[in-house]
Amino acid sequence: MGHKLEVIGVRHAFRPEIGPEPLVALERFDLAVDDGEFVCLLGPSGCGKSTVLNIVAGFIAPTAGRVILDGVEVRGPGRDRGVVFQEHALFPWFRVGQNVEFGLKMARLSRQERARIGDRYLDLVSLRPFREAYPKELSGGMKQRVAIARALAPDPKVLLMDEPFAALDAQTRRLMQDELTKIWTATGKTILFVTHAIEESLLLADRVVVMSARPGRIKAELAVPLARPRSDVAADFVALKARVQALLREGEAETAAGESEERAADR
Amino acid sequence: MRVVSVALFVLAWQAGSALNAYVQYLNPILAPSPLDMLWAGYDEAVKGILWKDIGASLARVFQGFALGSLVAVPLGCAVGYFRGVEDWIDPIVELFRPIPPLALLPLFIIWFGIGELSKVLLIAFATFFPVFVNTTEGVRSTDPLHVRAALSLGAGRWQIFSNVIARAALPGILVGFRLGFALGFFVLVAAELIAADSGLGYRIQESRNFFLVDRMVVGAVIIGVLGFGFNLLLRRLEEFLLRWRSTIVQATG
Repeated sequence: MGHKLEVIGVRHAFRPEIGPEPLVALERFDLAVDDGEFVCLLGPSGCGKSTVLNIVAGFIAPTAGRVILDGVEVRGPGRDRGVVFQEHALFPWFRVGQNVEFGLKMARLSRQERARIGDRYLDLVSLRPFREAYPKELSGGMKQRVAIARALAPDPKVLLMDEPFAALDAQTRRLMQDELTKIWTATGKTILFVTHAIEESLLLADRVVVMSARPGRIKAELAVPLARPRSDVAADFVALKARVQALLREGEAETAAGESEERAADR
Repeated sequence: MRVVSVALFVLAWQAGSALNAYVQYLNPILAPSPLDMLWAGYDEAVKGILWKDIGASLARVFQGFALGSLVAVPLGCAVGYFRGVEDWIDPIVELFRPIPPLALLPLFIIWFGIGELSKVLLIAFATFFPVFVNTTEGVRSTDPLHVRAALSLGAGRWQIFSNVIARAALPGILVGFRLGFALGFFVLVAAELIAADSGLGYRIQESRNFFLVDRMVVGAVIIGVLGFGFNLLLRRLEEFLLRWRSTIVQATG
């Protein structure tokens, strides 16, 4: 049996609004994720990590390369890949329950079936009492929990998360990270998670894929062999964090040097 | 507070009229008091003219408003949704939009006669623009993130339209309805002043011919009350339909 999700030789270039040269966001990007694995894409802003996620989700088509999910090539968005966005993206005109059941409604499940599955996922994020509330009545963390329940309810093959906790305050973020670990343990989902926060990636992932910018490519991959639940003050955690920090700093120095070269070439 | 303000205004008017009747600064016939008007209105109501006029006017507004909206909402959705359609329809709409509807009244009368049709069509024409513009704006205000979310949850084209785009556009459409209805009313009365044999505008014009100033003012006041009432009704409807929303969007057009 092969990998659950494969990204093979993906390149993405687009024409920027100013300037004649196409901008290369991703170059020769390969990634393989196993069934039930939790993988974090880590990198500075502009390194193309969100582009990878959008390509896997099917929102944008890569210039070259393929995405394979369970042996089938991805063409456009679909319910086999659940997505959680940075801004919760809940439908404000639907109640919490209707949001969670949206994917089930699209799949034309009966009302009873929808309610049953909806309740299960509302329970998973402990928000059943808020079934009839509108999103505007929820806090940021609660909204993001609804968004996770909504993405999971249609039982997708993978869960794609694009910096889902970046907009939350530090305390809420910490709680959400624990919550997500619990959800992942309970559901056994394959998760691809994008973040720019080193700690977050080390708290959550089985494996961290470190990216560098311009063009975006994989700089290093490292397994996180820490037992869960993880503590961000344990010695091995801190040591690992220092390693990743060093890796990223190296990247920054390179990009800075590259930029000054580019500027010199412009003159 | 607001009720007291209106009550004080009516009282001041009554006092002013009474004072005028005493000092004869204006001919009292030209400055009817609220009590005079109440009598005139009561008289019209008892004779059944009032209800007939209100009915005739409202029927025209509703028909014209419905017709205009029936064209404006689907067209606005298409223009807001499809770039290709926008390039074809938008310039034409923008060409007609600056024309005050009343400028077309004589033309409409020549084309469609002096009966109901010309007035209904004129109201439809006037209603069309605010509804159309606010519908396209509403459709365009759809958050692309919501569309992406729906796509990744397995929604098809039509499901995205009915579950996301139509919902996101609803606040704009309702604002368009409110503006369109008010404009329809405005155009209606003007059309009735010029060419009609019933309706509130016609009654004002006819009262003028017979120099019944109190009845002229009664007509105006009833138009005001009706406009106020319907605006309130539409606002209540908006509050109910948009109870999921935390802020009120601004009107455009």
